[in-house]
Amino acid sequence: MVPISYYLVLSGILFGLGVIAFTFKRNIITLFMAIELMLNAVNLALVAFARAWNQLDGLVFVFFVIVVAAAEAAVGLAIVITISQNRRSLNVEDVNLLKF
Amino acid sequence: MNFPVILFFICGAIAVLGAILLIVAKEPIHSALSLILVMVSLAILYLLLGAEFIAAVQIIVYAGAIMVLFVFVIMLLNAGVEERTSFSKMAKYAGMPLAIFLLLEIAHWVWHASIGAKVANGAGAAGAAFSTRALSLELFQQYLFPFEATSILILIAILGALVLAKRSD
Amino acid sequence: MFILHHLWIILLLPLIGAALNGLLGAKWPKVAVNSIGIGSVGLSFLCVLELIREFLQLGATQVPYFERYFNWISAGIFNVDFALQVDQLTIIMLLVVTFVSLLVHIYSSGYMAHEGGYARFFSYLNLFVFFMLTLVLAANLVLMFVGWEGVGLCSYLLIGFWFLKDSAASAGKKAFITTRIGDFGFTIGILLTFWTFRSIDFGTMFQQASTMPVESAAGFGTLTVICLLLFAGAIGKSAQIPLYVWLPDAMEGPTPVSALIHAATMVTAGVYMVARMHPLFSRAPLAMYFVAAVGAATAFYAATIGVLQTDIKKVLAYSTVSQLGYMFLGCGVGAYAAGIFHLMTHAFFKGLLFLAAGSVIHAMGGEQDMRNMGGLRKKIPITYWTMLAATLAIAGIPGFAGFFSKDEILDAAGGGPHAAPVLYWLGLVGAGITSFYMFRLIFLTFFGQPRYDEHKVHVHESPSNMTIPLILLAICSVAGGWFAAPHLVGGSDYFEAFLHPVFASYGVPAAITQQESLAGAPGAAAGIAPNHAMELLHALTGLPVILAVIGLFLAWWFYIYKPDAARRAKESLRGLYTLVYNKYYIDEIYAALIINPLLWISTNVLWHVVDEKMIDGAVNGTAHVARELGGEVREIQSGNARTYATWVVVGAVGFTVLLIAVWMVR
Repeated sequence: MVPISYYLVLSGILFGLGVIAFTFKRNIITLFMAIELMLNAVNLALVAFARAWNQLDGLVFVFFVIVVAAAEAAVGLAIVITISQNRRSLNVEDVNLLKF
Repeated sequence: MNFPVILFFICGAIAVLGAILLIVAKEPIHSALSLILVMVSLAILYLLLGAEFIAAVQIIVYAGAIMVLFVFVIMLLNAGVEERTSFSKMAKYAGMPLAIFLLLEIAHWVWHASIGAKVANGAGAAGAAFSTRALSLELFQQYLFPFEATSILILIAILGALVLAKRSD
Repeated sequence: MFILHHLWIILLLPLIGAALNGLLGAKWPKVAVNSIGIGSVGLSFLCVLELIREFLQLGATQVPYFERYFNWISAGIFNVDFALQVDQLTIIMLLVVTFVSLLVHIYSSGYMAHEGGYARFFSYLNLFVFFMLTLVLAANLVLMFVGWEGVGLCSYLLIGFWFLKDSAASAGKKAFITTRIGDFGFTIGILLTFWTFRSIDFGTMFQQASTMPVESAAGFGTLTVICLLLFAGAIGKSAQIPLYVWLPDAMEGPTPVSALIHAATMVTAGVYMVARMHPLFSRAPLAMYFVAAVGAATAFYAATIGVLQTDIKKVLAYSTVSQLGYMFLGCGVGAYAAGIFHLMTHAFFKGLLFLAAGSVIHAMGGEQDMRNMGGLRKKIPITYWTMLAATLAIAGIPGFAGFFSKDEILDAAGGGPHAAPVLYWLGLVGAGITSFYMFRLIFLTFFGQPRYDEHKVHVHESPSNMTIPLILLAICSVAGGWFAAPHLVGGSDYFEAFLHPVFASYGVPAAITQQESLAGAPGAAAGIAPNHAMELLHALTGLPVILAVIGLFLAWWFYIYKPDAARRAKESLRGLYTLVYNKYYIDEIYAALIINPLLWISTNVLWHVVDEKMIDGAVNGTAHVARELGGEVREIQSGNARTYATWVVVGAVGFTVLLIAVWMVR
């Protein structure tokens, strides 16, 4: 009974909040979590669309997104650990060597 | 105003609340916990949409493994209070308004799209089409190759994480 | 008719010689270099002899004989073929060029025997012969110009042969640049010719020109302008006023080079060109007068400078300038055959003079200043006698070659259809001065007491490969005039008759022959035989001979009888002496008026402003702008991940808006 568009709006809101979080937080781990939030928002949209067209492909997509997100989180956090050991800081503004 | 709609609004509100808490929290551990809140409410929403397998995977893998990993790392690195951020000017003046504009835009057009007419019939109506059985058949027949590829991907991720996080001694 | 059908062989032989000696000769023994260098020109000479034999068998309608080999340039209606032609004039020029070149090559094997770059020298000489032959054999203006420029190039290479010497390198540059100025006029002349006649082929041009009327001497008709422009090239190449300044400096080159290029062949290219273009010149009286006037003025002017020069080669250089003036005088008054005759005799005696001067220099161990010579007569007899023969020829003493040719020219200047009294008197006095300075040279060099340290310098005669060419040329200087002796002196006028078809062709109204001028038109038509004895007497007592003898007497007076007289004359005419001794300061005037301002413009305007500020500025400025722009743009890479994310969002929003806009429009 819930119109699909509600889910999509919610997904959009969550995604926007994820973007805001990514823009304004300074801790690297928090940034990662913002990314995960954005991924979740997308997953919601995918499932909603799968439901709308009555196809399983959306769900399969979501499945793979979750798997990849897991792998990404693992490797990303390993990188974070390495960076924090090297730079002695978890502030993303301290990881700015790749600049002009 | 029937039960699914109410449930949707409640879970939706909780999810948005969790997201805002993630932004506002001063300590990363609080952000992590808010994210778990978001994920759980999303799992309920998946159930509402009739994708019970995905809901289960969400809880088990996402909330149960990934977020636990996050919490471990936060504690391991002793991530303390986050200092007051001095926003990069670009982010402050362009990022925020644009993000808001983005989500308003999506919301607006989604609302007016014809897809709005489609109605999610609730868990029962999805029925056999969305069952786990059907999903796994799909996964192992049509999407076999990506499935196997992702297992290799996970293997690579494990190796990568191992190598990266090793203490250099 | 082998050679006639394969004219290119004559050209190719020296070119092959040049290529072999130039590319490979440095490692070869002198014998090999000699045989290739001398052999190629020798073979060319033999081919020319054979060509003469075949040519004499041709009928009158087949001359000029024309061979077209391939099409070189084809641009719309501008067509230039590699085409060669042979007529009587070509034959004369070929003979002169190959014969004198051969003798100079033989001479060089002796003169340059102890010099470095031996093979290079022969290579350049052969290359020069190739270009000169191209110039002479060419059947159109552009191919002639190729030869023209080529001999200029070889002249530059050979003048600056000892390129490590500053003065030699500068002299080479001066020669090339000065002749280039003339060549500029020549090029415009070629363009104007093409515009007028739609062709640069001699046959076509002259065919069209023969239908054109004689232009008035008052205005600048097309033909007049063409002729003046072409003559500008001749002024440069043949060292007339005002572009003669390179020739004295060209004496920096080895003496065989001076003999071949700056006496016998290259500098005569201008005269040949004027003679070849006679249908055009004959219809442009103003141009003809200009040619004659420049020639006469140069003849006189250069002779005066030659009087006081002390370097033996410089005297001969100014003498060459002067004699070229006579040739142009001859052509300018319509006596083309006389001019060419003088060209031929001059090639013999001037070539001989230079080679003999080289022999003197060789004998004196490198000394060129006549003030340090003297009394060489008994020590180097062969050189002395041959040089004396050449001097008698150039002075115009009766019996020798120069007498016939110079007399004919002066006669045409005095009494021919285009005569001009002023020019006649200039030429006449110039002849007297010529005799004076040439005998001065002889007396200073070979007579009197030795003015050098006899213990330091061991004077010895030159080896036979140097003296044999001297002897051969001396024979030509003496006998060269006899077979062509004009009726003026009771001769058979074979030369004139031989060249008559060339200069009478294309209905030219102005070419004259001595027969017409002497006997008058009705007389010649009636076939009255001239009285040889009377003419001989008339010629022997003519003014040129008298002046020549006076010149000889004065030289004897000043330099043998009363040597003191020279010094006293110098003291009393101090101002004039200094002026003439410094060549009328012409080099200094040119430097002040032309060269230094040009250098100033080049340095201050073209270099500092245009090159450094504008061109370098533009290029560096572009790089500077690029770098500045890059510097600004690269600040986007701040290293701040959040800024990057913001950019991503900006991009995403923009893209979404775009998509929606497109969707809305549709």
